[in-house]
Amino acid sequence: MTGNFERQRSIIDFTIASLLRRKGKNGALLVVYTLIIFLLSSVIFFTHALKREAAQVLQEAPEIIVQRTLTGRYQPIPLSYAARIREIRGVVSVRPRLWGYYYDGNFLANYTFVIPDEFPPPVGSVIIGSGIAKLREASPGDIIGFTGYDGKPQSYRVKEVLAEQSQLLSADLILISESDYRALSGIPADLTTDLVLKVRNRKEFATIAEKITKLLPDTRPIIRNEILRTYDAIFSWRSGIVIVIFSSAALAFVIFAWDKATGLSAEERKEIGILKAVGWESSDVLLMKFWEGLVISLSAFLLGTVLGYIHVFIGSSILFVPVLKGWSTLYPEFKLVPFVDFGHLAAIFALTVVPYTITTIIPSWRVATMDPDSVLR
Amino acid sequence: MINAHGIGKVFNADQPNEFIALTDVSVAIHLNEVTILKGPSGSGKTTLLGIIGCMARPTTGRIVLGEREMTSLPERFLTSIRRQTFGFIFQQFNLIKGLTALENVMIPAYPLGEKHSLLRERALEIMALFNLAHRADARIEWLSGGEAQRVAIARALINDPPFIIADEPTAHLDTKLSREFMAIMRRLKENGKTIVLASHDPIVYDSDLAEQVIEMCDGRVLSTGRNGRQAGLTLFA
Amino acid sequence: MHRHSTHFFSCMAALMLAASTLCVHGLLVSQWAGPSLAQKSALVRTLRLTDLCLFTEASYTRHSSMADLSTPFQDSPCAFEHFPSGSLLAPPRHLSGVHPSRMTVTKNDR
Ligand SMILES: Nc1ncnc2c1ncn2[C@@H]1O[C@H](COP(=O)(O)OP(=O)(O)O)[C@@H](O)[C@H]1O
Ligand SMILES: [Mg+2]
Repeated sequence: MTGNFERQRSIIDFTIASLLRRKGKNGALLVVYTLIIFLLSSVIFFTHALKREAAQVLQEAPEIIVQRTLTGRYQPIPLSYAARIREIRGVVSVRPRLWGYYYDGNFLANYTFVIPDEFPPPVGSVIIGSGIAKLREASPGDIIGFTGYDGKPQSYRVKEVLAEQSQLLSADLILISESDYRALSGIPADLTTDLVLKVRNRKEFATIAEKITKLLPDTRPIIRNEILRTYDAIFSWRSGIVIVIFSSAALAFVIFAWDKATGLSAEERKEIGILKAVGWESSDVLLMKFWEGLVISLSAFLLGTVLGYIHVFIGSSILFVPVLKGWSTLYPEFKLVPFVDFGHLAAIFALTVVPYTITTIIPSWRVATMDPDSVLR
Repeated sequence: MINAHGIGKVFNADQPNEFIALTDVSVAIHLNEVTILKGPSGSGKTTLLGIIGCMARPTTGRIVLGEREMTSLPERFLTSIRRQTFGFIFQQFNLIKGLTALENVMIPAYPLGEKHSLLRERALEIMALFNLAHRADARIEWLSGGEAQRVAIARALINDPPFIIADEPTAHLDTKLSREFMAIMRRLKENGKTIVLASHDPIVYDSDLAEQVIEMCDGRVLSTGRNGRQAGLTLFA
Repeated sequence: MHRHSTHFFSCMAALMLAASTLCVHGLLVSQWAGPSLAQKSALVRTLRLTDLCLFTEASYTRHSSMADLSTPFQDSPCAFEHFPSGSLLAPPRHLSGVHPSRMTVTKNDR
């Protein structure tokens, strides 16, 4: 047992000594490899944590939302629809939900006005999300102004700023009373943005949605599951930047594998011959090559994932911000809850460390099993 | 004792560049003796050394090491026998560049799983025997020719094999270093090693160290002389 | 004593230690996040929210679960469509050339 351990260790000694001979090349390899794994693991950590958080938080989203579709897009829905939907069996309540967008031309930012169903802010005041507070340098007590639908300026007292830690949900929100919002947006009194339903039995969501479309063909019900599914599909591997990152990682990896698989240099061949001539078995040579692959790829894997974790969960994904921010002015600064899926880590391991190690071993196979007499000349 | 019976070696058999390197070579290597293979370049000395040392298999003929028939053994056994039985000193030294002298000496023992500290101590002892202790941590590229060869000798001895095989050991050495090499061989012989040298250097084959000189030409044994009576002289004088 | 494998093992051990520290960090922080997640859930419930405020560029990115089925186009002056190509094009200058003036907030003199 100790004999085998010493054998492994001695062979590792040799492997590292020979890797260190080409410090520049192998160092660069390690850096690039680590960088690839860092990027991959950052993307995976980020998307997984975001999805988990969305799934958990949006569990509380409305059970069914009914929109009205007109001219192919959604439009305010008449309040009278509420009473008709209420008639459907299984529907417990139907409440209007009033909300809308506001484009702030001065700051090039989009805000979302929301009218809370319970405890709205008093008339003449607003509660703003921390993103807006930061952008507009507004704090509680300040007066904040918006331009009404009729072009007239409207101003409100900032009653409160929503907690920083809920930025992922609320950075751009403005809570306002219904009468203020109707005056600001000009939405007629008999219309609201959409309707929120409560249903007796969650198994009935689908049937009720079906009944609603039958009853009111110009509406579109959105079930909570669909909301959850939307966020489960976010950052799927096909979406823009993710595919760019994954494909460049894959390409870089192919280059590595190519470099390895195209075979050994004459010098490496000669060395393997020497090792065999002085008494190494083929299996010792292959073991050495196995460690050569593993030393590099395991180091890169551990280093890359550790850095990826630090980047995403401690460094707030600072490298992704420019991408996520896109053209938006208002961007939430959020710290994701570090939900880590070990299955994903295992997948990264299986897709990087394993093939790398194998492509290191395979080309040596033939050389390792040759007779060593070539080194005699 | 090693017995080679009717050894033949054909390179690139059945191809246009087929080459018969050895034909019907029979030699006996006796324990604790020095045997010298002598002959012009291309006469098949290296090929024969490789076969005797179990690095390559003969095309025809048999090698018997002690009681054991080697020719039919599978690769794995052959390697482990080679490791325990033979220490090779190659013509080009074949040290691994970029590593230190000490590491090079220890390499043949790595797969054996010996405790590192013991192995290191042993390697340093052997190096000290050859005046190499101060060069232990020097890289191979920094060594002089003589030092490099002594490292190669130390490496051949690390697994304490009963046989030492050296191919043209003096080819890269000046006269003084060549004599030093022969002195080392003498010491090894005194310590009970069996030595096989291939050389066409008179310093080697005229040495009184040799019990047996085998003269080769064109892949055949011309003559075998024992106890210093050098057969080649009678033939070519 | 200087031995490469010793260095390698120490590096690996250090990295493993870092990794396990981070695992513990992850477990602890996600435990501690319980109340904050509950608070967020409460916000979703009381305000009847449907989406994350991740991208505020356009309505279909801000409220992607509410977006129109058939027309996820041109909802923001600076937004293109919902496809990978959208992430490769910058918005035209004439749409983003407005200069912000920070005059709309009146500081309350406290
Ligand atoms: N692998 C090989 N393929 C073809 N010919 C070889 C090979 N190895 C040796 N030879 C030939 O065999 C002959 C004997 O070579 P060698 O044993 O090296 O002779 P020596 O060591 O006496 O100079 C040479 O002519 C050489 O060209
Ligand atoms: Mg030769």
